[in-house]
Amino acid sequence: MLGLNQKDTKFLLIVIGLTLFTPFLLQPFAEGSAMAQFNAGYPDLMQRFAIFGIFAIGFNILFGLTGYLSFGHAAFLGAGSYSAVWMFKLLSMNVIPGIILAVIVSGLFALLIGYISLRRSGIYFSILTLAFAQMSFNLAYSVLTPITNGETGLQLSLQDPRILDGAGEITSLPVTNFFGLAMGSSAKLEFLGRVFTFNVGYYFCAIIAILAFYLSLRIFRSPFGLMLRAVKCNQQRMNYTGLNTRPYTLAAFVISGMYAGLAGGLLASMDPLAGAERMQWTASGEVVLMTILGGAGTLMGPVLGAGFIKYFENIFSKINDSVLHSWFAILPDGLEDFIITIVHPFVGKGWHLTLGLLFMTVVIFLPGGLVELGQRFSRLFKRKKATKDVAGNVKPAE
Amino acid sequence: MDAILLQILNGLDKGSAYALIALGLTLIFGTLGVVNFAHGALFMLGAFCAVTLQRVLLIGSKSIDPTKTDFLGKPLVVETPYVESWFGPETGAVIIDWSVPLAILFAIPIMIGVGFVIERGLIKHFYKRPHADQILVTFGLAIVLQEVIKFYYGANPIPTPAPAAFTGSFDFGAVLGFDPNAIIYPYWRMVYFGFSLIIIASVFAFLQFTTFGMVVRAGMADRETVGLLGINIDKRFTIMFGIAAAVAGLAGVMYTPINSPNYHMGMDFLVLSFVVVVVGGMGSLPGAVLAGFMLGILESFASMNEIKSIVPGIDQIIIYLIAIIILLTRPRGLMGRKGVMEE
Repeated sequence: MLGLNQKDTKFLLIVIGLTLFTPFLLQPFAEGSAMAQFNAGYPDLMQRFAIFGIFAIGFNILFGLTGYLSFGHAAFLGAGSYSAVWMFKLLSMNVIPGIILAVIVSGLFALLIGYISLRRSGIYFSILTLAFAQMSFNLAYSVLTPITNGETGLQLSLQDPRILDGAGEITSLPVTNFFGLAMGSSAKLEFLGRVFTFNVGYYFCAIIAILAFYLSLRIFRSPFGLMLRAVKCNQQRMNYTGLNTRPYTLAAFVISGMYAGLAGGLLASMDPLAGAERMQWTASGEVVLMTILGGAGTLMGPVLGAGFIKYFENIFSKINDSVLHSWFAILPDGLEDFIITIVHPFVGKGWHLTLGLLFMTVVIFLPGGLVELGQRFSRLFKRKKATKDVAGNVKPAE
Repeated sequence: MDAILLQILNGLDKGSAYALIALGLTLIFGTLGVVNFAHGALFMLGAFCAVTLQRVLLIGSKSIDPTKTDFLGKPLVVETPYVESWFGPETGAVIIDWSVPLAILFAIPIMIGVGFVIERGLIKHFYKRPHADQILVTFGLAIVLQEVIKFYYGANPIPTPAPAAFTGSFDFGAVLGFDPNAIIYPYWRMVYFGFSLIIIASVFAFLQFTTFGMVVRAGMADRETVGLLGINIDKRFTIMFGIAAAVAGLAGVMYTPINSPNYHMGMDFLVLSFVVVVVGGMGSLPGAVLAGFMLGILESFASMNEIKSIVPGIDQIIIYLIAIIILLTRPRGLMGRKGVMEE
């Protein structure tokens, strides 16, 4: 189906199913129960899962396939956000033109940066992309203020022309919509004491994310993808055989830049403002973290990593001391305080510490990320079940 | 003329910090072949050594001063630092006042120790892994270090003043025959510049004139052959990592009066110092120093109003622009050896 073999079709269907049922899956605990704060089924967070999933999938096309480690991908995310917001200001609040412009602008931007940066490889490529991203970040704060609105960030205003859906007589700021369907609107369903929220914005992002995933699946399985893997394996040998690898790497760079722009456009569509801090190099570092944590070069890894980090950022950071006290209330007082003192630095505001430790652990012990962890587990069980099989002959994650 | 001189002076202190951090970075790269993204965090740790010493010195015994009252009318609780009660009020006050320079003594062993632990515990296992893995694991380490500092010291910048003797400014203008007040330069920045020159000179002297340094230089040129001669080069490289960490730490200690340290100061410097290393040439020590001072001075020139009016925004991007131009036209950097990291 859709040019995929049976295994991939099954995989894609599973992904589609998981994505569409996310509002159920992320709401496993009853309202008001002690575990309720681990529920992640609220629209804002689910949108972020989908959007950063797209961002990481795109980054993975570059880093996972070609091995080029870009430390400047946030620049494309930021460019996408800015262009989408400009479209909302000038044309209409419909998200489609905004997203299309975001993809085009970030693609062109990536073409420019990639054309220059890909002349070098290894650490030099990382530094070049980093330098470009920092340049765009600094410029967005200073000289480009007429376009980016500097530190305040680009926002909608009542004076915007908005040619298509006319501003003029409105008195409040309009909301982004998809042909009249407001992004913020959602339906609620109460069932078994749980409240499931079905948000238009989330489903919009989710469908685009599925398309993005499908595209990356096709790229992974295509001759083009094979060529990119060959570049990762041994670029020198490719060059010796008389093949110019530059167009392939450049294409990968532009595609991943467009993915980042798409994510930026979606971010702006969900919440129509854009700030320069989206372009900072720490934001680029975040997508690197996501991809590595999930498993670079695998299909599902980056999405898992993105979900994992966003979940941590939103849920783990909310665990404060009083929550901890309520958890360990059954323990004797001294022990309770002792455990809380130990746990305290790692949760709440300190979640970055946990993330950093986790990330180091993954890089040291699990170069294939969470996906490799899963594969190791499944291999362990398979070996136990079928000892007759020649075990250990499983292809490693690539 | 005086404006140009002022910009050169302004560039020197930032350039010194860049040069010191870049020196350590390139030392690590040249010896161990490891790209250390945690180096900015080491700079930050050094700065927090100064903060810690200041806090330790201020710990004291509380006593009630019956002659004074606080705003509620209760007797005022006066905290006398132990240092003052041990050494007498005058000497004690001087010690507290000089806490930043004193922190140098305190920071050297700590930073060398931290360097040892990082090298033996983590980086040792990454010699044979690709550069991307080294970047990632040290990036993770940098996050962990900065979060630990944030946990203990909070997220706000902590002011750590320079000794009172260095708080004023020196009027270069009057001395050199320009208008008075045309070129004013804080004393502490002069101290910082002088200090960084001393550190740089001593690192070079150490490498150039000691047997240990000779072995290290030989190891940088050809690690395998030095190993074949029966020298334990790994051990020496570990020590060099400690020294590089100490250099970054000292740069941080002395930088605290210029900018109050906060937990992300390392990350702020990291990107720029990487650019410095690459511009100077990976693994080239003189290149790192030269590029550090050069970029610091160019950055301050670019922030002159005359230049900004011609090319708006140039002050924000000049360093990156130069890095891009150099990387594209001369990939081994200004003074890099031919064939090292030249892909």
